[in-house]
Amino acid sequence: MPKPKITETLDRLSSKKSVKYGVYLTAVIVFFALILLPPILGIIIKWNTMQEVLSQPELTVGALNAIGNSFAVALLVSTIDVIAGVPMAWLITRGKSKWLKILDTLSDIPFIVPTAALGYSLLLFWSGSSGLASLFGSPLVSPGWLLVILLHFTFSYPVIVRVMVGALLDYKREYEQASRTLGAPPFTASRTVTFPILKPSLIASFILAFSRSLSETGATMMVAGILENGNYVPLFENGATFIQTHLGPNKEITGPVVFASFILMILSCSIFIIIRVLGPRLKTPIKKVWPLTERKLSYSAAASSRNGISLLTFFIFVLIPSLFVALPAIEAILGNTLPEALGGGGVWGEYWQSLLLSYGVGAVVTLINAVISLPMAILIARGIFGKKVSGILDILVNIPLIVTSAALGASLKIFWESFAFVPETWLLVFAHLSITYPYLVRSMSAAVERISFDLEEASRTLGAKPLGVFRTIILPLTKYSILSGAIMVFTRSVSETGATLAVTKLRTAPVVIVDWVRQTVPATPLEIGLGCGFLILFSFIILLALRLIVRGKGRY
Amino acid sequence: MPDVRLVNVTKKFGKIVAVNNVSLHIHDKEYFALLGPSGCGKTTLLRLIAGLIQPDEGKIYIGDRLVNDVPPEDRDIGFVFQTFALFPHMNSWNNVTYGPRVKGFDTEKASTIGHEVLEMVRLHERLDAFPSELSGGMMQRIAVARALAAGAKLLLLDEPLGQLDAKVRNELRYEIRRMIRDLGLTAIHVTHDQSEAMAISDRIAVMKKGKVLQVGTPQELYMNPQSIFVAHFIGESNFLEGYVSKISGKGAIIELRGEIKVQAVCEGVKSGERVILAVRPETFIVEKEIKRDKNFVSGTIERVTFEGTNVRYEIRLENQDLVVIVKPSIIGEWFNVGEKVTISFPPEKTHVFAYPEAGLREEIAVE
Repeated sequence: MPKPKITETLDRLSSKKSVKYGVYLTAVIVFFALILLPPILGIIIKWNTMQEVLSQPELTVGALNAIGNSFAVALLVSTIDVIAGVPMAWLITRGKSKWLKILDTLSDIPFIVPTAALGYSLLLFWSGSSGLASLFGSPLVSPGWLLVILLHFTFSYPVIVRVMVGALLDYKREYEQASRTLGAPPFTASRTVTFPILKPSLIASFILAFSRSLSETGATMMVAGILENGNYVPLFENGATFIQTHLGPNKEITGPVVFASFILMILSCSIFIIIRVLGPRLKTPIKKVWPLTERKLSYSAAASSRNGISLLTFFIFVLIPSLFVALPAIEAILGNTLPEALGGGGVWGEYWQSLLLSYGVGAVVTLINAVISLPMAILIARGIFGKKVSGILDILVNIPLIVTSAALGASLKIFWESFAFVPETWLLVFAHLSITYPYLVRSMSAAVERISFDLEEASRTLGAKPLGVFRTIILPLTKYSILSGAIMVFTRSVSETGATLAVTKLRTAPVVIVDWVRQTVPATPLEIGLGCGFLILFSFIILLALRLIVRGKGRY
Repeated sequence: MPDVRLVNVTKKFGKIVAVNNVSLHIHDKEYFALLGPSGCGKTTLLRLIAGLIQPDEGKIYIGDRLVNDVPPEDRDIGFVFQTFALFPHMNSWNNVTYGPRVKGFDTEKASTIGHEVLEMVRLHERLDAFPSELSGGMMQRIAVARALAAGAKLLLLDEPLGQLDAKVRNELRYEIRRMIRDLGLTAIHVTHDQSEAMAISDRIAVMKKGKVLQVGTPQELYMNPQSIFVAHFIGESNFLEGYVSKISGKGAIIELRGEIKVQAVCEGVKSGERVILAVRPETFIVEKEIKRDKNFVSGTIERVTFEGTNVRYEIRLENQDLVVIVKPSIIGEWFNVGEKVTISFPPEKTHVFAYPEAGLREEIAVE
């Protein structure tokens, strides 16, 4: 079939160096103009307001304490995540039971359930009267710092499991087998060979879990405080919740918000750079071996205990608390709440609107992201402007991922507000665009890196123009990674609360749920349960779609 | 000292039978090759011996010990992987001394062994180098040194030369052979390269589709192949289709296509049976003179290829069969394309096989 004329023209154009570099340069300019510089410039615009905070030592100490809490929780939770998540990833990839495929899917659930629903589910499970209190007589954990840690563990644990499952599946088992044939029992082989080789993946998963904990806002607000006489009283404050509580009555960005955002951004970036630079140099003790002890740890009782503890941890601290909200949701479905909800009466009118807004913004953000991040991904993967530039861009695109989303949202709001013509919905889109941009770029650049350059060269020698190579080789071979990245962008955008609250008065679904739980908008427990239930249901459908789409990957 | 015995060993992967009821005895201090085409089950068999996978049926003995349930680290083996599997995060020294360390040897002993094996593979000066800084040949030597340092008396080599250039491969195969003989080890070497197997092995097992077809010394396999596949895979053979027209004395008269009758020394064939006559390329005698006699067939030179040591001729016989003949390049005169010649072969240097049920093409297929 002859090529349509437009395709032929575009193919021909892509051969011109000026066009090729123009496209990549545009991608870089868009990244700086839309993603990287606005939050930095936002802080600079409001730089003077920080004086207000510095002149009030109490406020400064309060902000610094909250930020300190953020990093303490993130550090603690990410460390526990690694300790609990790595054995689980090991069990999923190395176990022989057919049930492990189901376990693999189940471990993704808290990952894609919107954190607002997750927060309410945990609140019910650990602190509600229908949760563990019904078994033990009184709630085991009250809202406050411990519940925040449990919450952050629940939603960041799957990040470690997912990354490490991928790393273990890609890992060349021959190294481990070589170690075994040289006399090392399984524990020694994994300690001295497998995990040192997988150190980059461990570091990457730690950074992801760490940044996820730093960013989470909505669910943290739910579990960090209590309702007293209908008013929300925070018992624990971290950086993200500090930003929310110090926004003005009409969501104006105040001095404390600018101060906290600035410190959070600087610290996040510094820690990210420290981990990236020092992480690979971190020496693991591989030379010393304790043959007898390690042999005991390798077999039977020790291995079974490790698997047992992994499973128990997963079920008690991750899966059951995540899905506990299903109980009130089912009760609501069996009672009168479902017809009410479907009829759109009471609180439900706003709920459905917020759901539409969430999915609408999610879809627009995903589409824009796909357009602007693909050339950037290729640029990074193929080193179009040289290896050094690619390396720098590779670090820079990660920044929105590691900076607390509430801080990002606040600084973005300052920047975009100075352009009066930007409508509020677009402010929301820009904020979500910033937060989700790294997901697609990372997913796509990793996929392009896996494609042998020989394939591209073969295609060129057979007569394909650069755009033709992209259309016929890169796109078909990376479409599953693009789809996976796009779904991550979409679900992250739908889940996002911190930045949404900071940039706009528009109410997305997670914001509505947070307000219901904090009783800013009065809603019954059954209504909250059903609202969360709907969010989880849609998330399941997305997970299912992801699984079905990614399943085709094996064909290549 | 370890000999290895496999008794009716079977290994399946889903519906695929990778190793099918294999029994073998590899003697102490023997250099034994498992030879066969890709996917024939030779690597699976080696991994079964190493304990990296477990058999579905059968027994595996190393020495007198039944090792079916013994994990690889307790089998006292050394394994050299095709990709070398040198630990990328360790330098040569740490790779080589890994075995002694994980086995709990004291530092001094581990160090002595490390120096000894690095000396043996002549890479002492590169003990600080990481695998990514070594050439293919060096990586291969370090991989062998690492396996030897673990102190095993049984060395398992999975296509250890497969990733190397032809020249380095030729040098290293003799080096490994010498080292193993000097150390008095038993070695099992997996390869798909018949010339490599023939050059270094005491005995070879030829495998196809999970089964061992024949075990023997290189000479036995070459001179007396028991099947068409072995005749095809070990060295080179011309296969001519025909019928047994008459049993005579020690052999039979075979009638080839075009009513050409030739004599072959063989046993166990019946008159009228459809057979394949196998003749090695170097067995043929080629003459310019046209002769009409028993075992003389005329033909025309279709292609001449100079291969250095030998000249290879493709000759179209009068019955349209094509045969390949190899002659030393420095002996006698060469023939030219289009030249009419007569070929002949001694009856005792032929092999006669019953025509395979699945057909000749399927029987000699290597994939």
